[in-house]
Amino acid sequence: MEESALWLDGGAGPTLLVIPALFDEGNRLRRQTVEVMRRLAASGITCVLPDLPGLNESTTPLADLDVDLWRKAMASLALQTGARRVLALRGGALVSPDGLAGWHYAPATGASVLRQMVRARIIAGREAGREEKHDALLAKGRIEGLDLAGYALGGAMIAQLERAEAPQDDISIISQDMVGGSALWLRAEASESREQADALAAIVAVGLSMVGVA
Amino acid sequence: MTQNIDQSLRRILGDVLGLKPGQADSLTDDSGLFGHLPELDSMAVAGLLTEIEDRLGIVIEDDEVDGDMMADYGSLRRFVEDKLAV
Repeated sequence: MEESALWLDGGAGPTLLVIPALFDEGNRLRRQTVEVMRRLAASGITCVLPDLPGLNESTTPLADLDVDLWRKAMASLALQTGARRVLALRGGALVSPDGLAGWHYAPATGASVLRQMVRARIIAGREAGREEKHDALLAKGRIEGLDLAGYALGGAMIAQLERAEAPQDDISIISQDMVGGSALWLRAEASESREQADALAAIVAVGLSMVGVA
Repeated sequence: MTQNIDQSLRRILGDVLGLKPGQADSLTDDSGLFGHLPELDSMAVAGLLTEIEDRLGIVIEDDEVDGDMMADYGSLRRFVEDKLAV
């Protein structure tokens, strides 16, 4: 699979794989993610932000993908780029490669990612005069796939998201409290925060220098 | 308790709508929400409800969510107060 990635060169320093948030949150956090990468690149850390297959600019059909395939894609990209650490945002933590140390920023469980999207579909449906039930939608979705918030998800993706958990070995969690301010992924309209980008980049940059990778 | 709910709800709405500190305080019971604010689409409402559940420790069933409950700030606050039975 050929996928594109945003690559910010930090020179001779280490390479960091940056895994974006999933679906709608990925769009809302996109600019903030790039802001964080700019700061890291300025302190000598090369950052690679891939498109997850099926999302953003990717031309791969999303319906053919699932959590395992995403995690494999991230693992092979880490190998290919020589990334020594990972920074995964929100649901991106679910596809963080096993064994790759790093940071998960405000990680979300697969169940909560899915619950929110199903809820959005039910609310939109009700406005259009269509009554749908959470459990029935998921039961059907596991078999046939489901169109959620404009994303055509396959059955395997639905079934795996319901159970998906982020790996925890060698991972430090960065909570929103550590970054300060209000959670940008909640914003109805995409926005960015210089202060939050500074704080998040500082945590990662200091962490990298302490383990001697930087 | 009622006042805490009001404060928490204002903070959550401020986060979702990207309001500056203080702006959320100017919401009144008649301030329109779903259907009045174009940025408050179904995805944003879903996020808002999940955040309310997490921060206030309640569970909101999907069939409880409708246009009336989300119509304005007052109706949303009354819904949450009823949930917490205060």
